[in-house]
Amino acid sequence: MEIVLAIGIGIFTASGVWLILRPRTYQVIIGLSLISYAVNLFIFAMAGGGLRVDAPPILAAGGVGNPAAIADPIPQALVLTAIVIGFAMTALFLVVLLAARGRTGTDHVDGREPER
Amino acid sequence: MPNDTLLLVALALPFLGSLAAGFLPTHARNAAAVLAGGVAVAGMAITVWLYATVADDAPVQFWLSWLPMLGLDFTLRLDGLAWLFAMMIFGIGALVVLYARYYMSREDPVPRFFSFLLAFMGSMIGIVLSGNLIQMVFFWELTSLFSFLLIGYWHHSASARDGARMALTVTGTGGLCLLVGVLLVGRIVGSYDIDQVLESRDLIVQSDLYVPALVLILLGAFTKSAQFPFHFWLPHAMAAPTPVSAYLHSATMVKAGIFLLMRLWPVMAGTDAWFYLVVPAGLVTLLLGAFIAIFQQDLKGLLAYSTISHLGLITLLLGLGSPLAAVAAIFHTLNHAIFKASLFMAAGIIDHETGTRDLRKLSGLYRYMPITATLAMVAAAAMAGVPLLNGFISKEMFFAEAVADHTGSLLDDSLPYWATLAGAFSVTYSLRFILGVFFGPPPVDLPHRPHEPAHWMRFPIELLVLICLLIGIVPGLTVGPVLATAVKGLLDGTVPYYSLALWHGFTLPLLMSLIAMAGGVVLYLALRRYLESGIEGPPILRDFKGQRIFEKVLATLSWQWARAAEAGLGTRRLQAQMRIVITLAVVAALAPFLVNGAVGTGDLPGTPLPPAFALLWMVGGVCALAAAYQAKYHRFAALVLVGGAGLVTCITFVWLSAPDLAVTQLLVEIVTTVLLLLGLRWLPKRIEDVYPSRPPLKVLLRRYLDLAIACSLGGVMAFLAYCLMTRPLTGSVSRFFVERAYTEGGGTNIVNVILVDFRGFDTMGEIVVLCLAGLTVFALLRRFRPAPESIRAPEQQRIQNEFDEAAPDRSPGDTAADYMLIPRLIMHWLFPVIAVMAVYLFMRGHDLPGGGFAAGITLSIAFVVQYMASGTRWVEDHLRVLPLRWMGVGLLTSCATGVGSWWFGYPFLTSHFQYVELPLIGKVPAASALLFDLGVFALVVGATVLILIALAHQSLRSARAAQAAEGGE
Repeated sequence: MEIVLAIGIGIFTASGVWLILRPRTYQVIIGLSLISYAVNLFIFAMAGGGLRVDAPPILAAGGVGNPAAIADPIPQALVLTAIVIGFAMTALFLVVLLAARGRTGTDHVDGREPER
Repeated sequence: MPNDTLLLVALALPFLGSLAAGFLPTHARNAAAVLAGGVAVAGMAITVWLYATVADDAPVQFWLSWLPMLGLDFTLRLDGLAWLFAMMIFGIGALVVLYARYYMSREDPVPRFFSFLLAFMGSMIGIVLSGNLIQMVFFWELTSLFSFLLIGYWHHSASARDGARMALTVTGTGGLCLLVGVLLVGRIVGSYDIDQVLESRDLIVQSDLYVPALVLILLGAFTKSAQFPFHFWLPHAMAAPTPVSAYLHSATMVKAGIFLLMRLWPVMAGTDAWFYLVVPAGLVTLLLGAFIAIFQQDLKGLLAYSTISHLGLITLLLGLGSPLAAVAAIFHTLNHAIFKASLFMAAGIIDHETGTRDLRKLSGLYRYMPITATLAMVAAAAMAGVPLLNGFISKEMFFAEAVADHTGSLLDDSLPYWATLAGAFSVTYSLRFILGVFFGPPPVDLPHRPHEPAHWMRFPIELLVLICLLIGIVPGLTVGPVLATAVKGLLDGTVPYYSLALWHGFTLPLLMSLIAMAGGVVLYLALRRYLESGIEGPPILRDFKGQRIFEKVLATLSWQWARAAEAGLGTRRLQAQMRIVITLAVVAALAPFLVNGAVGTGDLPGTPLPPAFALLWMVGGVCALAAAYQAKYHRFAALVLVGGAGLVTCITFVWLSAPDLAVTQLLVEIVTTVLLLLGLRWLPKRIEDVYPSRPPLKVLLRRYLDLAIACSLGGVMAFLAYCLMTRPLTGSVSRFFVERAYTEGGGTNIVNVILVDFRGFDTMGEIVVLCLAGLTVFALLRRFRPAPESIRAPEQQRIQNEFDEAAPDRSPGDTAADYMLIPRLIMHWLFPVIAVMAVYLFMRGHDLPGGGFAAGITLSIAFVVQYMASGTRWVEDHLRVLPLRWMGVGLLTSCATGVGSWWFGYPFLTSHFQYVELPLIGKVPAASALLFDLGVFALVVGATVLILIALAHQSLRSARAAQAAEGGE
């Protein structure tokens, strides 16, 4: 399972990086989405105790939890925050992108077409 | 009030006064002057009140713990030396305020002037009262800043701006050196407390760091006190209003450097390094300043160079390292402050009443303003060191110290001659000041007809000159006790024998005085012809301009080199920057492996791989790659593919025991997709290919490079992820949260408890970010101008409308409404269902997957679905969502929950929980964190809906705009 997830993270990253190096703003926003998936998964995968199946970090009512029995909650809390912030940033970037397209007449990331 | 509190009041008063003056209306010159004068007099009263304590025994101290773990406390400390300086700062400050009230013109924004002046006064008081070296450097920098504002007060004049900038650059740089020097001293002593530093002379002097610390501290002092070769800023600071010059260059600013030298004198002086660093600097400044002063044509310029010269004298005295020389230095500091303040004020009166300060134009003013002339003559005589005036006595002490033997070196032996020469110079420029301005033929072509100034404008000078005379005639009775107290403060109780008498008999210093005076007169007569020729500056030396060198250096550093660096290293193109950033990321990720040796994968047993999981990720990988491939021309396809990748991520979270993440990811995926779809409406299609045939080689190479970068970073990430997943994580803090989530947080869903309880403050910051992003989106869209190509209605809508218009029984929009009939019905009915779902997710959040975030996004989806079903217009007519209120209420609720814990005496955001027995429902957990989560929920609803609605609303706006445009045609 680990190797599959690792390769998946790698593919997401590579696709995202390729896109954020492209000249068109829409490519960059798609690339950022892919990179944020990759990074979220990467942080998630750092959980202590490795990948866990069927062990959500939810306790039985009324008791002290056993860290060995459940998945590591910290990366999950971090990623949860990251997902929401990622949404906010996507929205902001999208609006900037649209405003720039309207104002500059081009969707090139530099705000003007490169000289050819 | 106890003495220590009074000390704090004395420091705080000027700053409070400054703030108050800053808020006065622009024309309130009298109110501002009264305020400033009141502050200065009150400060002086406090200082006088404290004299008895200071003169008696130990210094007055105020102590407040600030950063105890770093050994830093906020301490104020008033000993004899600080008392003398504080007295000068407040006393001369009060007189300057009075003078400035008459000097400043009606057109100037006078309250601002007094505001700066008071802040400067406070900063100076801060320096002299500081009981801690770091704190002293802080106030030191404040004086640099406020002197910048004061010198540049007439900011419409270029010379004022340049002078202010130069003063700030030079003294600010010196301040940085001082900070480092002080840090070194702190390292040597182990404390920044001045009392402790003063007890550690042996430690400091014997340390290896002594010389570096000394050099750095001297750099600070010399730049502030305008010692050669940093003296050039001071004459340019004369562009300031004259009250500022009178204040900055007599009692304050330049004396800060002197004060620092005195403060550290007991622990740093007396070594060879000190002698050979300080004495030459002082001597050169003394001679050069006096010499250049002779040749100035500007009245204030003459006084400025004479100030430099006197500062050199004081520095030289301190450099000698003997206690008697230090006594002379303190005494001369006081005397110089008194006569120089009065001279600057006199020069200001002359400027004010005649309209010029040019010595070539001024002459014979005695007949127009006899009283001012007499006062200025007495003050100038004090500056020249004429008997019966205060300057004479301290000059005698200086001569005596010059004669005395200190190190026996050639420099030391030659001092009497240099001292006499400098004395002669000072006589010459004083003569020039008096004879040039007040005597001679009546002036011609003056801008104004000169006359005596208003009496209260002259009053400060009268008072100061009176003090000059009193100190000069009966020094023992007037200044004796104060000086003794100051000396005690400086020398820690041991006072050397000195005599403050006017007459010591026929001694060598008296002979030197006589020679200097005669020599000065002779020199003046010899130079008369040259001076009357009207050339500015002394022969030969006038070609060396410190200012020009300074500007050259500044231009080279801040302009030429910066531009070269930008041209050579920078780019304005985003892609090139991204390439560098990403390449650096790859290098940074791999560097630890290269440095510490290759670390392979770990040996944790892997989790068995179900085939479905592999299949899932095959889909995910293909989605990502295809999205990357399609994003340029097929945006919609790319969006669908990214959605696919997001779903794969979501399922992975479910699979790997992260239900909260899965829920949130799924919901965010929905709103993101809707958002991007809304955005696509405003992004015109890309049809033409930039390179119709084959792209040029350069472009191809660039793409291959990008591909290589992308693949390498992907590889690095995959490798790192694998390494991480196969080795155990040690030292995690997870145990803490897992064990206490229920017992201390009252919830079984650990992730949610972490978010709203343990790390609630982080979440608070996060919702603020979300709030800000929402507001920014909203603000950006208010003035949104879409691309011109996308203003027309979309193609599909046009076709539908054409069809509707062609049919007689249909109106535009009917086709779309027909298509959406059944979905619309379902979506309307779904609203309450989704809303209940949101409430459910929220309520169970503390114990089961869900929570404020998920619930908030769910509710916002309920709203968005209505927009999709019925169109923006219908929803805006039928449903008022008011997202800004949701956001405000949410943020306030979260904050109030946090603040609420203060009420019970706990730190911010401490949560409390207990189980409450409700009828019918039973036992339910009621944690205050739930209230916090409610705020999160409301804010997330508000922000998400705000973003989506703002974007959706654009279609209405632009439809109206298009209609208006058509109507206008």
